Amino acid sequence: MSAVRSQLPILQVLVPLLGAVLVAFLRRGTSAFALTLVVSWILPFVAGAMLLQVLATGPISYALGGWAPPIGIEYRVDVLNAMVLMLVSTVGAVIMPFAYRSVAFELDDSKEAWFYSMYLLCLAGLLGVAVTGDAFNAFVFLEISSLSTYVLIAMGPDRRALLSAFQYLIMGTIGATFYVIGVGFLYVLTGSLNMVDIAARLATVGPDQGQAVLTALAFITVGLSLKLALFPLHAWLPNAYTYAPSWATAFLAATATKVAIYLLVRYYFSIFGVAIDIRSLPIGDFIVGLSIAAMLVASFVAVFETNLKRMLAYSSVAQIGYITLGIGLANQAGLTGGLVHIVNHALMKAALFLAVGAMFYRAYTVELKDLAGIGRKMPLTTAAFTIAGFGLVGTPGTAGFISKWYLAVGALDKGWWLLVFLIVGSSLIALVYVGRVLEVVWLREPSVEIAKVRDPPLSMMAPLIVLTIATIYFGFDTEWTAGVASTAAKSLLGGLR
Amino acid sequence: MNFDLILRIGAKLVLPFILLFALYVQFHGDYGPGGGFQAGVIAASMVILVSITFGLQNARRIAPQGMVETMVPLGVLIFASVGVAGLAMGKNFLDYSVLSGDPRHGRHLGILLVEAGVFVTVSGTMIALFYAFVERGR
Amino acid sequence: MSAVRTFIEHYNYVITILLMMAGLYIVVARGNMVKKLVGLSIFQTSVYLLYIEPGKILGATAPILDPAFKVYSNPLPHVLILTAIVVGIATVALGLALVVRINEAYGTVEEDEIFERDRDA
Repeated sequence: MSAVRSQLPILQVLVPLLGAVLVAFLRRGTSAFALTLVVSWILPFVAGAMLLQVLATGPISYALGGWAPPIGIEYRVDVLNAMVLMLVSTVGAVIMPFAYRSVAFELDDSKEAWFYSMYLLCLAGLLGVAVTGDAFNAFVFLEISSLSTYVLIAMGPDRRALLSAFQYLIMGTIGATFYVIGVGFLYVLTGSLNMVDIAARLATVGPDQGQAVLTALAFITVGLSLKLALFPLHAWLPNAYTYAPSWATAFLAATATKVAIYLLVRYYFSIFGVAIDIRSLPIGDFIVGLSIAAMLVASFVAVFETNLKRMLAYSSVAQIGYITLGIGLANQAGLTGGLVHIVNHALMKAALFLAVGAMFYRAYTVELKDLAGIGRKMPLTTAAFTIAGFGLVGTPGTAGFISKWYLAVGALDKGWWLLVFLIVGSSLIALVYVGRVLEVVWLREPSVEIAKVRDPPLSMMAPLIVLTIATIYFGFDTEWTAGVASTAAKSLLGGLR
Repeated sequence: MNFDLILRIGAKLVLPFILLFALYVQFHGDYGPGGGFQAGVIAASMVILVSITFGLQNARRIAPQGMVETMVPLGVLIFASVGVAGLAMGKNFLDYSVLSGDPRHGRHLGILLVEAGVFVTVSGTMIALFYAFVERGR
Repeated sequence: MSAVRTFIEHYNYVITILLMMAGLYIVVARGNMVKKLVGLSIFQTSVYLLYIEPGKILGATAPILDPAFKVYSNPLPHVLILTAIVVGIATVALGLALVVRINEAYGTVEEDEIFERDRDA
């Protein structure tokens, strides 16, 4: 047992990678799905075992190939990335059953196996970014996940999917290249690529090299901000989420941007924060400013969107603003709020996109005007959408409230009263765009086409219900969300210089 | 037609040496610049040259579509299996020292096998890319 | 004068940065998707140079141990950049594949014309 336990970090990447290869051999939709399902369900147990171990005994270090760090590549798991690993693998596992019918419905038979192969590759990349302790290795995993994401998006049924995948490819590659330029500066400065080692060596570089350190920080910030769609670098996101296959959108919205956010947190608090006095730089205020802009502007745009998927995509940009707000605040409550919102937003947004995917499966449309009255015909799906939607608004009793509560407390700790009002204000805008949908789907008379639909089969309903229950459950029991996030925030802030 | 003749004969003369050079680059990777990636590209260029001079049909006889599509994941599988061998022997992933009694010899063997995997995947990918682009617009 | 001197002494970095700016400019300024990919490729190539340059030590040889040599260049940047080149190739190949598909779907690879066709549709 201990033999397996010491190998957990590599299994997190190896299992989906091998799965992707085997799925590529299969080329048959159903068997590819079965294998993907098995692989997806192994991962949460691996991640869970690591999370428990990290909480009990502290960080895990794994030397790839037996080469001791900092010479070899190190996989390093602490509370923060154990939480992200747990989130990504759990969301992947929970929503997997939904894919069977949804993907078969939206994609050609010949493409199904490739879709699952690309999904597993994307999963391996995302988990790899979260598990690795090596700056360049993180770039490679980031690009593995991004390249497979472009393919997933391009598989969308509309021709505009191709265009949005291309635009995302351009933006994503610029982001990754900026990131790698920043890592290059760090490498030249320190001669190391191991994150812990970089932090230690960076603290000893001379004051005349302060400019180079700041350049590295700037490049990494911009590069990762492109990947995580921080306003105003979010231009690729709405189209990509709108035209990707429904299930892929749900998965990507819940996980892909979150992993980039994790990496940004890692750089701010575990590398630069340890080496230089990051709080004396204006970067925190800058991020707070952009986050507020994201929360208000993107929410406002979402109010006027008529396509449900696009509306939720803009809402994602706004919600990412909440997470980065917590990073910018950089105090215990604020950072906890940002980190816990990574989890809470992933659960809620996955539920919302799955609900929209289920509506598309039955009603062939995601245009709001064509979905009038669908609540009477698909009550369970629409109820799930409603509950997750209220979570997005931040209604007390849902997970979204917890994150916003912590963020508001974090803002108050800084003495920023106005910020609390802005958080509440953007929640009210969220109430408008969610409420507008609820009015149409519940209160209007169904059209002739809508009158024929009904709730989707169990394989699609089950993930939706699980995620919806999680949205409510984590609004009351916060031990495994806010509790873990608080522990992570404490250790991150404790390491700051 | 005459140019065509020169091209065909020239290609025929060059083809075996391209493959030989690919293998040289592959196995010389331990001692000098080279390795699976470069060798894979060179080997794929042979198939591409065949396709350009003798037509796609002939290239497909050398490297059928199904084989090429299998090569891409197969190389990754070879790479990963070498890594998993370390896991199975109780060491860390990609620890090649377990592959032989002498750890140094094991590491050598491990790199050779991994490079073989890289060769298979890279040449497969390059040929697959070429086929994919060449077939479009026909 | 010392600024000019630094400039000339670091001519390799000047070239790298010029390439970087040129690549990024092409990506932003051109509407043709193939040209965008060319720009992206130039941009990535400049980063390869950025990594390789500090790894080279003048008068040093390739890092294969031999009693005849004392000074070796740093091999790590080359290994990193080989990886980055693979990533770059994958990106450009995928980008071109998308352009081919876009051309089949829209009949053009000019961005403004594509937007027009989507508006009309």
